[in-house]
Amino acid sequence: MNAPAALPARSRKARGGPRTDAATRPGLHLRLPFWGAIAFLYIPILVVVAMSFNASSNLFSWSGFSLQWYAEVFRSPDILAALGNTLIVAAAAAVLATALGTLTAVGIHRHTSGGLIRAIAIAPAMLPDLLLAIGLLSLFTLLNFTLGLLSVILAHTVFAMAFVTAIVLARLAQVDPSLEEASRDLGASPGRTLLKVTLPQLGPAIISGALLSFTLSLDEFVIAFFTTSPTVSTLPINIYSMVRFGVSPEINALATMLLGLTVLAVLGTQRLTKIADSL
Amino acid sequence: MSVPRSAASGAFWRRRLAGLPLLGPGMVFLFVLAVLPVALVTVYAFFERGRFGGVEFNFTLDNFARLADPLYLGVVLKSILIAGTATGIALLIGYPAALFIARLPRRWRTLALIAVLLPFWTNFLIRTYAWILLLNNAGWINQGLSWLGITSEPVHMLYTEPAVVVGLVYMYLPLMILPLYASLVSHDPQLTEAAVNLGSSPFRVFRTITLPLSAPGALTGCIFVFVPAMGNFIIPELIGGGKTVLIGNLIRDQFLKARDWPFGAALALVMTAFLVLLLVLQQRASRAVSEGKTPKEVKP
Repeated sequence: MNAPAALPARSRKARGGPRTDAATRPGLHLRLPFWGAIAFLYIPILVVVAMSFNASSNLFSWSGFSLQWYAEVFRSPDILAALGNTLIVAAAAAVLATALGTLTAVGIHRHTSGGLIRAIAIAPAMLPDLLLAIGLLSLFTLLNFTLGLLSVILAHTVFAMAFVTAIVLARLAQVDPSLEEASRDLGASPGRTLLKVTLPQLGPAIISGALLSFTLSLDEFVIAFFTTSPTVSTLPINIYSMVRFGVSPEINALATMLLGLTVLAVLGTQRLTKIADSL
Repeated sequence: MSVPRSAASGAFWRRRLAGLPLLGPGMVFLFVLAVLPVALVTVYAFFERGRFGGVEFNFTLDNFARLADPLYLGVVLKSILIAGTATGIALLIGYPAALFIARLPRRWRTLALIAVLLPFWTNFLIRTYAWILLLNNAGWINQGLSWLGITSEPVHMLYTEPAVVVGLVYMYLPLMILPLYASLVSHDPQLTEAAVNLGSSPFRVFRTITLPLSAPGALTGCIFVFVPAMGNFIIPELIGGGKTVLIGNLIRDQFLKARDWPFGAALALVMTAFLVLLLVLQQRASRAVSEGKTPKEVKP
């Protein structure tokens, strides 16, 4: 538990007395808050995971191992429909946001000097989600746009695109401009330069942007809640109504599966970015 | 990708126009689906509510005047108080934790950081739901307390204001730790080492070097926690049992229940203006700190 505290490089100082110690390496007064924070962050999640395998429907006492709540989840047509909707929305929003965000980032990097367009492109990621949610609801209502899957996809694309733009812009700042210049000097058209030189260099950033968009959309509740119709619900909306109705063991099972999915997505992003980086 | 080749004569215009196919789609999209919605909310805030929901286009300032009503003013103040308390507690927990991570050997740092951030990537509603299991009268905390013999009767925790604060701290703690860590890890360790070698006490080193240098990070962390905490309406509803009404709940209800969109829009505008003001102040403050008499200038 306290293994990380051992610092070989500075061990010569470890014997220097408690005073020097405290300023140069983590002492108990820092170790305790850290592990406290970790416990605080993980215990609630672990309780949910543990109770998802509980045989009884009582959420507050353990009565043996069972997978029945997982079976229950897959038998619920509501949850399955919501899962389908969530995946459609997340995939569509990720594709749209990645395409639009990448183009916008390259455009901003190459063709703008001022910060206005950049600010507009990044703003949706900073705005309170509630403001964007009521704004989009107002817009869709004003235009008589039918609320449903498409409206949620468009709404999710707005903020996901901002994240993609930010990530790709950060990567563009590190890209060597002389490669693009060389391509142009050698007679490649701007379009060809974009496809053959710029985009391949942006690979890792585009992949992380797409995966981030997908994960963000998968988890997003507030904006989806405001921009969907009562008959079309995503998984977070479904969980919300289930929790509001009362706690139930199926939520534990559903939650555990979502947790697993998120951990996989985060690890996958890391792995993919590493692979793309080494290309 | 189509690029208008013969569209312009000068290199300048060619550069400008070449940007169109790149910037055009994104800008049109953002104009319709981000700029227009925010503009609509702004405009709606100055009109009357329609009889059956929606908006009646008669100019009025009543929506803002209603904010002075003690009922609504109380909600706004309580939102600031609760989000502020949660931010303060998150800072108190997050600061030493971030300092710990920053002082770990490099290979442990990433691992510790992922450990802190991973819960943030798990679904928001699930993490809220988890606290219902913990805080319930028959829940796990009460079971633990009575097992330890501390309490004989269940402590009523769920559906109280402190429970809402705990939920908010839990939700946004990683957002406090991340910027704090980033600012703490970028310090030159030679500064503290020099101070220690020159005989400063650990507390003095912390007070005169570590603390001022990490102030911008702490400010960013506070903003990262305060901003989403203030507009959150799910935690007050699910953990606060709907008894604690915050500004987010009020806005939601104006749009989805009371059907008073103009008042909801006015509330959202006031909230956003307040948050933007905080952001501006934070930028000013961190610029002042990094330009001011900080030990950074001593850096070789």
